Amino acid sequence: MTEQTQTPALRLDGIVKTFPGVRALDGVSFEVRAGEVHALLGENGAGKSTLMKVLAGMHQPNEGRIFIEEREVTMESPLHAKAQGVVLIHQELSLAEELTVAENVYLGELPRKRWGFVDWTTLNAKTNEILKRLNCNFDATTRVSDLSIAKKQMVEIARALTVDAKAVVFDEPTASLTDAEKVVLFDVIRDLRARGVGIVYISHRMDEIFTLSDRLSVLRDGNYRGTLVTAETDEDEVTRLMIGRSLSYERNHEHVELGEVALEVRGLSCGSLYHDVSFEVRRGEVVGFYGLVGAGRTEIAETLFGLRTPSAGTILLEGEEVRIDSPVDAIAQGISLVPESRKEQGLVLGMSCRDNITLPQIGDLTTGPFVSNGAEVAIYDMYRDRLDIRSPSWRQAVGNLSGGNQQKIVIGKWLAMKPRVLIVDEPTRGIDVGAKGEIHNLIRELAKSGYAVIVISSEMPEVLHVADRVIGMYQGEIIRTFDAGEVTEDSLVQAISGIRADKAA
Amino acid sequence: MAETRLKQLGGIVARQGILIAFALFLVGFAVFSESFSSTENLTSVVRQSAIIGVMAIGVTVVVISGNLDLSVGSMLSFATVMVVDLHDKIGPGPAMLVMLVAVLCLGCLNGFLVGMLRLNSLIVTLGMLSAIQGLTLIYSGGQNVDIADQEGTWFALFGRGEILGIAAPIVMFAVLAVVMQVVMSSTAYGRRVYAVGGNPTASVFSGIRRSRVVFSTYVISAFCVGLAAIILGSRVMGSQNNVGQGYELLVLAGVILGGTSLLGGSGTILKTVIGVLILGFIQNGLLLLGFAYYVQWLVTWVVIILAVWLDVAAKRGRLFSPIA
Amino acid sequence: MERLKSNRAGKWLVQNPIWGFIVIIFVFFSLSNEYFFDMRNFQNILVQTSTIGLIALGMTLVMINGNIDLSVGAVVALAASLMVDIQSWEAFSGWGNWQMLPALLAALAAGTALGALNGIIVWKTGVDAFIVTLGAMLGVRGLVFIYTEEQSFFAMNFTFSDIGMSSVGPVPSLAVLFLIATVAVHILLSRTVHGRNTYAVGGNREAAVNAGIRVGPHMVVNFMIVGFFAALAGVTLSSQMGASTPNLGREYELWVITAVVLGGTKLTGGAGSIIGTFGGVLAIGILRNGMNLMQVPAFYVLVILGSILIAVLFLDKQLTRKGAEALKT
Repeated sequence: MTEQTQTPALRLDGIVKTFPGVRALDGVSFEVRAGEVHALLGENGAGKSTLMKVLAGMHQPNEGRIFIEEREVTMESPLHAKAQGVVLIHQELSLAEELTVAENVYLGELPRKRWGFVDWTTLNAKTNEILKRLNCNFDATTRVSDLSIAKKQMVEIARALTVDAKAVVFDEPTASLTDAEKVVLFDVIRDLRARGVGIVYISHRMDEIFTLSDRLSVLRDGNYRGTLVTAETDEDEVTRLMIGRSLSYERNHEHVELGEVALEVRGLSCGSLYHDVSFEVRRGEVVGFYGLVGAGRTEIAETLFGLRTPSAGTILLEGEEVRIDSPVDAIAQGISLVPESRKEQGLVLGMSCRDNITLPQIGDLTTGPFVSNGAEVAIYDMYRDRLDIRSPSWRQAVGNLSGGNQQKIVIGKWLAMKPRVLIVDEPTRGIDVGAKGEIHNLIRELAKSGYAVIVISSEMPEVLHVADRVIGMYQGEIIRTFDAGEVTEDSLVQAISGIRADKAA
Repeated sequence: MAETRLKQLGGIVARQGILIAFALFLVGFAVFSESFSSTENLTSVVRQSAIIGVMAIGVTVVVISGNLDLSVGSMLSFATVMVVDLHDKIGPGPAMLVMLVAVLCLGCLNGFLVGMLRLNSLIVTLGMLSAIQGLTLIYSGGQNVDIADQEGTWFALFGRGEILGIAAPIVMFAVLAVVMQVVMSSTAYGRRVYAVGGNPTASVFSGIRRSRVVFSTYVISAFCVGLAAIILGSRVMGSQNNVGQGYELLVLAGVILGGTSLLGGSGTILKTVIGVLILGFIQNGLLLLGFAYYVQWLVTWVVIILAVWLDVAAKRGRLFSPIA
Repeated sequence: MERLKSNRAGKWLVQNPIWGFIVIIFVFFSLSNEYFFDMRNFQNILVQTSTIGLIALGMTLVMINGNIDLSVGAVVALAASLMVDIQSWEAFSGWGNWQMLPALLAALAAGTALGALNGIIVWKTGVDAFIVTLGAMLGVRGLVFIYTEEQSFFAMNFTFSDIGMSSVGPVPSLAVLFLIATVAVHILLSRTVHGRNTYAVGGNREAAVNAGIRVGPHMVVNFMIVGFFAALAGVTLSSQMGASTPNLGREYELWVITAVVLGGTKLTGGAGSIIGTFGGVLAIGILRNGMNLMQVPAFYVLVILGSILIAVLFLDKQLTRKGAEALKT
C-alpha cells in the first residue's frame, strides 16, 4: 500500500440534493484522504453523477457541507471549485478542438504579455512541464484535434495540475480507452496519488477498481451504503452492497406459457460493435439483455430495427428470413423499439401526447386525405387508460410530462403498432421508483398477453425481475444465456465481466 | 397567486405577442390615418403582399422541417424571366408549364443536397442563390424581357385580373394559404414535417423517412416560387434579371415575424400569413402617415427583434440571457 | 490520404484545401491566357477583392465565434454615404483635405457602433445572430435611405477619389491596406488572448464558460470588428467610385460568407483561419478576373462559384464521414 496520511483531502458531510420529484442524494457522507484512490461505485441512477456535479460546483447541494483539508467551502461554479483545488475529469471531454494542448490546459487563464498578446513562451514552458510530469509524449503546441481520445484525456488531467489540486474526480475515465492506454492512465493516477492528491475514481468496472483503488464507497438510490478497504473485500461483497436487497423487486418466478418462436437471430455481426450473436425470443416470453454500457446490447436492438447494417448473419421472424434496411421495414415486419434515450430518440418533445403516440402509424389513420381526429384520440384514450398515463389532456406537449409518463407515451406509441416483437431499451432510466414498478408490471403483462419482448437493461434487479431468460453480454459477445431459475446474481456479474461459465466453474 | 396570474398573463402576452402587435398596429394606423381602414386600401395591401406571401408559405414548410431556403429570391428572378420570355415564344400555357417544371427541378436539386446528402441548408441554398442568379443571366443573356401584347393575353389574369370580383393575386394567395394550412395541420404529411423539424432523430426512430420529407419541402418551396413568378410576371408583363434580389430575406422576415422558429418543429402557415401581412401593413400604414417607404425597414428591424426576443424570453422564463 | 497527412506541407494543404484550388486555377489561367500572369493583373485582383476581403476578415472572427453577420452590406452603404457626404459639409469647408478626416471617423464609428449594437442584442437577448443581423440588414438599409433621401452623393474633393486610385510605390494603396489588415487580423486571431478565446467560445461554449471566459464581451468585440471592417470597405469602395449610392453593398453579405466558408471556417464555429479566408477571397478574385480575361460572361462565374461552394461542403462531409457501422438516422 502506498503511504497514506490520515488527513482527508476532501470530506462530504450529509449532502442532500433534490430535483423536482426526485431525491437524488440523500445525506451522503464520505471522505477521501490525501494520497489515496477512492473508488465510488453504484448502479445507474444511484447518484454518482449528481454527487460528482455537486463536487465540481455544477450543482448546489440543498443540505450538507463540503470540506477541503478540513476547511469548509462552497463550490459556486466549476471555476470556483477548481480554484479551491477540486477538479473534475469529465467523461465527455470538454476541450476546444482547434486550440493547442497548452491553450486548453490554461483555458480561461492564458498568460498575457502587453496589449493582450498571449505569452507563448511561458504558456508552453509551463504546459510542457506538466506534460512531462504526466509522461506524455506529445508537445504543448500540438493541436488537440490531432490527438487520440486517451491523449485528450491527458490534456484534461494536465488541466487539473495547473492548480494545486487537492482532489481530482475521474468520471468513468476508461470508457473509451484501449487496454494499453488504460495502463498509462493508471500510472498517471498512481503518480498523482504518490504526490498526495486525493482521487475519486468513478467506474462500473470491478477489475479496474480492484487494481487501482485503496478504498471504495458505494452509493445506492442516492444513499451512502458504506466504505470498504479494497484489499479486505471482494467483488461479491461489493456487488451485494451495490444491488442490495432493499429494492422491493421480486425475482421473476412466474411460469409462462411459451408460444412459438417469434424472432430468431443467427450469427449476427456488426463490424466491431458486436460479433456472432445468436438467440431466439418466443411469444409470451421476456428476454433480458444484461451487460455493461458498450457491451453491444443497444447496437443489436438498433440493427433489428433497421438503424444499422449488419455485416453478417440472418434475422428470422416467425421462421421466415427478413431483410430490414430501415425502421420503415422493421415496423412493416412488426418490430418495435422503445429506444434508449427517451428525449433524443423517443419523443418529439414539442408535440402533443396524442401526436407522439400516433406518429408511427399516422399514415394509416386517414379518412380521405385527412388524418382522422377521432381515430387518433381513440388510440390515445385507449393507451392512456391501459398504461395509466397522467396528462391533463391529449393536447399537452410531451416535454411538460414527468419522465415516467413520457416513457409510457413511448411504450404506448409502440404498443399501438401491435408489434410481433417489442424491444425495450433501458425501460426505466431516469424515472422515479413508483413509475418503475408500473412499467415492470406492464412489461410482464405484455408478455403474458402473447408479445415477444426483449428488455435491455443495465440494472440487475430490473433484469431479474422482468425477464424469463437473461442473456449476459460482454464486449460485443454473448457470454452466457441463463434460463429462468438458473440465473444468480453472482453468475450474471461474472458473465458481464467476461468470465465464461466454463472458467467460472 | 397574484404573481402566478401575472406570470400567466406575461406568458400569454409573450406567446401571442405578434397578434397583439398586429392589432396595435392596425388600430394605430386606423386612428391616425383615415384612408388606412378603407376596404380599398386594405385589399391593396393584401394584393401587394401576395408575392412575398406565396413564397413565404413555401419557405415556412422548409423552416418547419428545420432547414432554410435562401435560394427563393434568385429562383423568383429565374422563374419570372423564364415565364415572361417563353410567353411570346410558346404561348402562356406552355410557358407556365415549362417554367414550373424548371423551377421544380431546382427545388429537387435543393432537396437532394439537403435531404439526401444532408448538407447544411444555409450554405447549400446560398450556393444555389448564386448559381441560379447566374443561370438567369445565362438564360436571358443579360437582357431584360417583356411581353409584347400586354392587353390581349389571358396571362394578365394572374397579376391584374379578378376572380369572382376579388383581385386574382389575393385569391391565389388565400387559396394556397388555406390549402397548405390544411395540409400542414390535418394530413399525415404535415405531421411528419413537424416531427422531422421537432426532432429529426426521433422521427427516424418513429419510422419516418426523414430524407424524403426534407426533399419534399424544397419541392413545395420551389412550387410556391413558381406561383409567385406567375403573379409577378403577369403584373409587370416583363422582368428584370434581378427582380427577386433580396426577396429571400424579406420572405424570411415574414416567416420569423409570424413566430416560426428557425430551429424547426413549430410555426404555422397562418402565422406566416399574419407575419407577411404585418410587413405589408407596416409599409402601407407608414406610407399613409407620410413617411417615406424605406422607413418601414427601420420599423421592421425593431419589430422582428422584439417579436423574437419576447418569444425566446417566454421560453427561457427571463427577459435577459443569463450568459456572462 | 494517409501519406498526405504525414508530411507537413501535405497536412497544411488538407487543412487549407482552398490553397490547392488556388494553385490549380492559377496555373490554369496562366497557361490559358497571356494577360493573366502579369504583375499589374495581380495587383488588379487584390484591389478588386479588397472590398469583400476586408469584410471577410471581420466575418471570419464572428463566424469562428459561432455567430454570423448579415448586416455588413448595409453597413457598407451607410459608411460610404457618410464618408462622401460629411466631407462636403460647410463646417469643414476651410479644412482643405483634412475635411476627409471627420468623415472617415464618422463612417468608421458608425460601422463599429452598429456592430456593437448587434453584438449586445445577441448577447443580452439570446436571440440567434442570424435573426438579429437579418433585422439589422433591413433596418440599416432603411437608415441609409433615410439619411441619403435616396440620393447618390458625389465627392467634390478629387483628392478623395485619387486616394482610391493611388499607389504606395508600385503597389496600389487598397491592396496594401487589404494586406496590412489581413496580417493584423491574423495576428489578432492567432496571437492574442481575445483571438484564442474566440476559438474557445465557438468550439466548446460550455467548456469556455466553465473556464471562466466571458462569452458575451468576446462576441460584442467581434461584431464591432466586423462592423469596423464593413465600414472601412464602404470607405474604400466610395473612394474608388468617388461617389456613394444608397444601394451600395447589396448581396455583399452573401459574397463574404461564401468567401469565408470556402476558406474553411465552419458555420458551427470553433474552426477557421485568416489564411483560409484570405484564400477564399483570392479564389473568388482569381476566378472572376481570369474568366473575365477569357471573356467568359460574368454569369458563368456565379454558377461556378455557387457550385464550388456546394462542392466544398460535400467534400468536407465526405472527409468527416462516419463508417458503415454508424447509426442510420
